[in-house]
Amino acid sequence: MTSAFDLAALVRSGEYSAVAAADTAFGSIKERDDEIHAFLHLTKRRAQAQAAAVDQAVADGKDPGPLAGVPIAIKDNMCTKGEPTTCSSKILEGWRPPYDATVVDRLEAAGAVIVGKTNLDEFAMGSSTENSAFGPTRNPHDTSRVPGGSSGGSAAAVGADFVPLSLGSDTGGSIRQPAALCGVVGLKPSYGAVSRYGLIAFASSLDQIGPFAHNVTDAALCFDVISGHDPKDATSIPTPLTPTLPTLNDGVAGMRIGIIDELMGEGIDDDVIARTNQAAEALTAAGAIVERVSIPATIYGLAAYYLIAPAEASSNLARFDGVRYGQRVDGANVAAMNVATRSAGFGDEVKRRIMLGTYALSSGYYDAYYGKAQRVRTLIANEFATAYESFDLLMSPTSPSTAFELGAKSDPMALYMCDVCTIPSNLAGHPAMSVPFGVGDDGLPVGVQILAPMVEEARMFRAAKALEDAAKGMS
Amino acid sequence: MSGAISREEVAHVASLARLRLDDNELGTFTEQLCVVLDTAAKLNSLDLSEVPPMSQPCFLTNVMRPDVIVPSLNRDDVLAQAPEAENGQFRVPPAMGEAP
Amino acid sequence: MSELPDGWEMVIGLEVHVELATASKLFCGCANQFGDEPNTNICPTCLGLPGSLPVPNAQAVEFAMTLGRALNCSVEPSIFARKNYFYPDMPKDFQTTQYEEPTNVEGFVQLPDGRSIGVERAHIEEDTGKSTHLGGGGRIHDATATLVDYNRAGVPLVEIVSHPVMHDADTARAYVAELRDILLATGVSDARMEEGSMRVDANVSVRPVGNDELRTRCEVKNINSLRSLGRAINYEARRHVDLWTNGESPRQETRHWDEDGGRTTSGRSKEDADDYRYFACPDLPPLTPTAEDIAAIDAAMPGLPAARRSALAVAAGVEVAETTLTVERGLDALVIAAIEAGADATAAMKHADQNLSDGQGQLTAESFAALVAMEADGALSSTQVKTVLAELVANGGEPAAIAADMGFEAMDTSELDTLLDGIIADSPDEWARFVEGDRKVQGHFVGQIMKATQGKADGKVVNQLMTARAAQS
Repeated sequence: MTSAFDLAALVRSGEYSAVAAADTAFGSIKERDDEIHAFLHLTKRRAQAQAAAVDQAVADGKDPGPLAGVPIAIKDNMCTKGEPTTCSSKILEGWRPPYDATVVDRLEAAGAVIVGKTNLDEFAMGSSTENSAFGPTRNPHDTSRVPGGSSGGSAAAVGADFVPLSLGSDTGGSIRQPAALCGVVGLKPSYGAVSRYGLIAFASSLDQIGPFAHNVTDAALCFDVISGHDPKDATSIPTPLTPTLPTLNDGVAGMRIGIIDELMGEGIDDDVIARTNQAAEALTAAGAIVERVSIPATIYGLAAYYLIAPAEASSNLARFDGVRYGQRVDGANVAAMNVATRSAGFGDEVKRRIMLGTYALSSGYYDAYYGKAQRVRTLIANEFATAYESFDLLMSPTSPSTAFELGAKSDPMALYMCDVCTIPSNLAGHPAMSVPFGVGDDGLPVGVQILAPMVEEARMFRAAKALEDAAKGMS
Repeated sequence: MSGAISREEVAHVASLARLRLDDNELGTFTEQLCVVLDTAAKLNSLDLSEVPPMSQPCFLTNVMRPDVIVPSLNRDDVLAQAPEAENGQFRVPPAMGEAP
Repeated sequence: MSELPDGWEMVIGLEVHVELATASKLFCGCANQFGDEPNTNICPTCLGLPGSLPVPNAQAVEFAMTLGRALNCSVEPSIFARKNYFYPDMPKDFQTTQYEEPTNVEGFVQLPDGRSIGVERAHIEEDTGKSTHLGGGGRIHDATATLVDYNRAGVPLVEIVSHPVMHDADTARAYVAELRDILLATGVSDARMEEGSMRVDANVSVRPVGNDELRTRCEVKNINSLRSLGRAINYEARRHVDLWTNGESPRQETRHWDEDGGRTTSGRSKEDADDYRYFACPDLPPLTPTAEDIAAIDAAMPGLPAARRSALAVAAGVEVAETTLTVERGLDALVIAAIEAGADATAAMKHADQNLSDGQGQLTAESFAALVAMEADGALSSTQVKTVLAELVANGGEPAAIAADMGFEAMDTSELDTLLDGIIADSPDEWARFVEGDRKVQGHFVGQIMKATQGKADGKVVNQLMTARAAQS
């Protein structure tokens, strides 16, 4: 598939039309999405109008933007005005937001063409997209397997070559893990680098929006478009961010890269460890200095995350009460209506996390659970900060295993374990991305994770590019 | 099952969260929550007395906006999405009791 | 029913919610406006639509700090917290408020009588929408449906919590009245109880006199005027005493004041109350006011009622409690200036209280002082002074000139003496009776003199002359 970078150049120069690109995307979706189920809804009219507008701008001699004509898919937990936005939940079935998320505004201002909304684990809670109320998404490499989650639809949309770019959200690994499982690039930016305005919140202090792409260049292009301060998001970084595209090919000579010890042993599959070691060798060959580093607090990340995220979620999801929008199941009084609506509208995983979170915040338990988890969070952030005093970047596997079979992990705890490598950077707020690097023993994609200090995406992208270049030479 | 959380506590927490669980669900969820909370118990081995809590991974302060009026949403558009509306307002079954 | 039976005292704490007079809401740009068509001032943020985010209004924060300093509070770094509970007027089913780290802590309100009422905290929070209950005569318990208007959702509030240190309804009313004056003086709120921009909830308990325990308290809501506040407090306190006296105890609960019925009724039980599961709102960074921010607020603070009362008390040499009316009328600056220009303090304040109820108008401090002096010298009668004063207020000018224009010449006492001679000569019998102590004939002489002088004589001076003359006889 043509890269987004190249496609945009072709559209801007008039050699290729945005309308044709959109048609091609809809064509490939029609051909194979019945099997994959990456998409929940297509936004044909909006896409066609936008594509026509882009082509018109080119005809008028105006610059339609860096993503001119690029078809892009949006995870269905981001608001698209007038289009269905369901978070893959029955409780929001039929809801059409009256406003666009900031990232949607920015993409369209850059000329991108939104073709549809993608499937996810309900309310972004999950690691396999099996928790969607509207059926799972399948891994394009092996449709008996999961694409990962929660942004499984967006990962598969790129993995299946439906679109060159898509957006996902990452709270505990929900971009990076599906990227690894689908063999694509996936980025979780620094907390605050990309506006959360219009992202339906799961865990407000952990959520970030980021791109999926086939290659590092496209991911850089997309990140540079969607990132930057937004006055509508009070947690958005106010100072300008360093663009990632210009320095992409600057290489890694002299960079000190630490492989996180605690994520290279127990709980990680051998073939994944092997690939990660290979990646480390590739970076060394490219001039980096790669060593092991111990960050002991990472082993507490899972426990802290599974208290903090559900706690915030229990509060964020309270608004789904049948009063103002979405589905309603009636009751004799409003409280009964709330109960009936929420009990019918939420799936089991969502209910589980809401109850866990409510408990962690409740009177008498706050200090033991939520309060403690927040302190562990500081501990993790501090240890990362210390590590970054000696290292420019860190690395680890992205996912403990390659894609597993649909239905294979039914125990909630087993699914939670999928996030062990990705969670620490959500807790600390630092950026991290997954780069495809070979396949596992089963021939399924493996992703390697690069981690960077706050707002050092440009540095991280250099290493990702070097890794990608090295991967091309692999068998 | 460790008993990290009891059936009664799960039932209480469900009602706080406006969720209704039948007997089977109550049993299943209680088991599952115990497992997760057991994992959380790992944190008890840490000495966190000197470590402050972290609410946000950003160090921003005093983020504010000027006191300027911005156009509101169109009421009809909003109410069109409401499950039930009447006289320009959202309509719900009666609220028992006063707000806290 | 304004007093409790012997041996009991009431313990009152007040929670006053005040709507801030900003143009837009606390976390979004919707208009902060009372009385608009329902749901016309709403946006994704104040409606709590999925994906929306809050951004604090800088003016609201400044108003909150100003209010805190006007209440003598310490302004602290603060954190917004979420208070989680379900109710249809709550768009997010949590309220963004401040919990463990509020903007303002530990201040006080000085009452007109000089007493100080401690304020525990004054924190920022967002208002809820408004529910209307259909059917059942508007009473919640019999309603068939509830309608919700979110125009008010997100309006900035400051909640002022007093320490439970008031012991009678009058003190509670004085506290609220003073709070209102402070709010108006600072411009932070228009504080209208009848419009809901100031709402008072009373926490009421009782205890035996001499005890310092705190017994079960009830929170009384739905108080819509100062008068209702007094009635509700007295009713509730009496209800508690009756229960304790009968060997029972009040249930800890929220009670609803029924103005028509003159009683409180049971609302939510505080024991069944939600666990609010407060936690720091992750969408909102902390507020950290600097010493410079606070100094700027102090420097811009207008004259507050308590300070003005003190200044006037000092200038006039009176008790603070005596300055209340003058300050309420906004006449303190005038009176102080008049005193500095030489006016007798007591006289100036008496006029301010009795003859300037509509305000200062065109009256200047200099003419006020001059007028007061003329009165003291006896140059004008008190009736004449009132007339001249009214003219000065209406049209300004200078008292001597106005008096001359009106023909209020200063009356020479020698003239009066001569006149009196004549009247005594005409009425010797009456004079003899007056000398002997019959005061009833006094009016005869005063009347004659008033007739002869066309009302210009000062009655007091005439009486003095007569008394002196009688003594000489």
